[in-house]
Amino acid sequence: MSNLIAFFGGIYSNAHGLSAALKDARRRGVDAIHALGDFGGFGPHPDRVFPLLLDEGVECIQGNYEESLSSGAEDCHCGYTDPRDNHFAALSYAYTSEKTSFEWKRWMAGLPKTRRLEVGGRKVLLVHGSPRRINEFLWESTSPVSFLEKLLADADADVLVCTHTGLHWQRRLPSGRLVVNAGVLGRPANDGRTNVWYAVAEFGRDVRVEFVPVVFDTDRLAREMTDERLPDEFIETVRTGWWTTCLEILPAKERARGKH
Amino acid sequence: MDPVTDPLAPAPSRAKLYPSAPLVALDTLWFQVAGTLCNIACTHCFISSSPTNRSHGMLTLEEVRRRLSEAQALGVREYYFTGGEPFLNPEIFPILEETLVHGPVTVLTNGLLLTPDRCRRLKSLFDESEYSLDLRVSIDGYTAQANDSIRGTGTFDRILRGIRNLSEAGLNPVVTVTEACSDASTAAGRARFLEWMREIGLTRPRLKVLSLFRIGAEAGRLRAYESWETLRGRELTGVEAEALQCSSCRMVTSRGVYVCPILIDEPAAKMGDSLAETLRPFELAFSSCFTCHEYGVTCRT
Repeated sequence: MSNLIAFFGGIYSNAHGLSAALKDARRRGVDAIHALGDFGGFGPHPDRVFPLLLDEGVECIQGNYEESLSSGAEDCHCGYTDPRDNHFAALSYAYTSEKTSFEWKRWMAGLPKTRRLEVGGRKVLLVHGSPRRINEFLWESTSPVSFLEKLLADADADVLVCTHTGLHWQRRLPSGRLVVNAGVLGRPANDGRTNVWYAVAEFGRDVRVEFVPVVFDTDRLAREMTDERLPDEFIETVRTGWWTTCLEILPAKERARGKH
Repeated sequence: MDPVTDPLAPAPSRAKLYPSAPLVALDTLWFQVAGTLCNIACTHCFISSSPTNRSHGMLTLEEVRRRLSEAQALGVREYYFTGGEPFLNPEIFPILEETLVHGPVTVLTNGLLLTPDRCRRLKSLFDESEYSLDLRVSIDGYTAQANDSIRGTGTFDRILRGIRNLSEAGLNPVVTVTEACSDASTAAGRARFLEWMREIGLTRPRLKVLSLFRIGAEAGRLRAYESWETLRGRELTGVEAEALQCSSCRMVTSRGVYVCPILIDEPAAKMGDSLAETLRPFELAFSSCFTCHEYGVTCRT
C-alpha cells in the first residue's frame, strides 16, 4: 500500500486551484490522491472540476454538497445557523445546483460517504465533516483531545482525515492517534493570503503531515466569478484572502484571527 | 409471539404519554457555576435568578474539577458556564483556567461585573489557551427604556460599559437578546440591532436571539404555558429528537446533574448525581420541551 498520500479538502469549484494542487502532488510523487467532498459551491463552473478529478485518478468521497445535489435537497446542509451565512450559502447552492449537469449529479450519488484505508498498519478513516456527521465542523479550537480520542475510538480509526471547516490543522493525541483537517482548495484560509491549502501525509514509522500552500491564478478565478455574477463578497475573499461570509460559524479563536 | 400483535396480550400498564430524546453523545456540558444567585432579577428569567435565590448553590473549583474528570472520560467536547451571574463566583477565574486546559469554554454573563481588569484577565486566558474562550453578554434592547424595564433601572448603561471593556481588551463577545425584545425576531429588527452594535464599537457584531421559556419569573411577566403547549401524544422522528439540545447536553448544578440548562427547577429533570448515570433517554414531559422542539431552540452559541 502507498505511503505518501495527498488529501484535498473542499474544492468549491476552484478548477484552477485544483489543477495547481494536482501538479504539485504529482511533482512530489504521491502514491494516491483523495478528495474529501464539496467539489462545488462558492466558485464558478462546477462541471469543470470533475474531469480533472477523474483524469488524475483521484479517489472521491461525498461532502454535504454532493449529498445534497445528488438527492435533490433544497439546500446545501452546510450546517450554518446565522441568517446572513445562510443567505450566502443559499445563493451558492442555487448557482451550483443549476450549473451542475445531471450526469455529474448521478456520478456523485454513487460516491461513498466515508472511506477506510490501511496504510503501514494504520487504520485511516476519511470523512468530509466527522465520523458522526457529514456536516459536523471539526475546528482546531473546539475539538479537544478527549473528545477526539473518543471520536476515533468509536470509529475504530488510528488516523482521521476531514475537511468541511475550510481551515487546516492537525492534532496528535496522547494515544498516538492523529486527526488531520486537510483545509480546502476552494478558498483561502482567512489569513490575508490568497493561496489555498492541501495536506500530504507520509506514513512511515510515524505519520508526518505537511500542509502545502497552493498558489494559483486568483485573478482568473475572480474574473470568472464576476462573469458568472457570483456575489461580490465571494470575489473579495478570493482577492484578499479574508473570509467575508460563513463567519458566524467560526469559534471565537478562529474568528479573532480573521479581518471580518 | 410478538406481544404487539397478540390480541390477548394485556394492555401496557402505562401508555407512553410523551416522546423521549436519546442521549446521542454528551458533547456539551453546562455548569450552573453561580447557582441561581444573580446581582439582578430579570423579569423574564426562566429560573428566577436573583440576589436572594439560593436554590442552587455556587460550584467550587474542586467540584468543577471532579466533573471535568468525569467529562473527559466521556469525551465531552465543550463547556458552558452560566448562573445566576458567573462572575459572582469567587473562584470563576481559576475555574475557567482549569477548564480551558480540557476544552473550549463559553461564559454567559449579564456583563455588569466586566470591569477593565476582569476583561484583561479574560483576554489573557483567551490568548494563552489552545481552545476557544467565548463570552456571551445578555441585553434586552438597544435602548435603556426597553432593556431596563426587564433587567432593572440603570443596567443598560452598565451592560454597555461591560461590552466596551471587553471590546477594548480585544475580545469580541456574542450579544444575546431574548424575544422579549420584540424587534429581535424580525429580519429588520435584527439588522437594526446589528447596526446598533456597530455604533457602540463592535466592528464585527455577533448576535444570538433566544426564545423565551414561560416558566420561572417569565410565567408571571407575560403568561405561563397553556395546557396544549406540550409534546404529549406527539411522536418525534429520530432526526427531530436528535435535533433537541438534550440529545447532546447535560447540566451540572450543586444539586446534581440535570437534563439541560432550562429545567433545573424541575426535580424530575434531575437525571442523577454522576454524569455516567445520565447517559440515557429523557422523557420530554415539560412545556419547555415543546418550546425547544417547536422553535428549534438551543442554548449553545
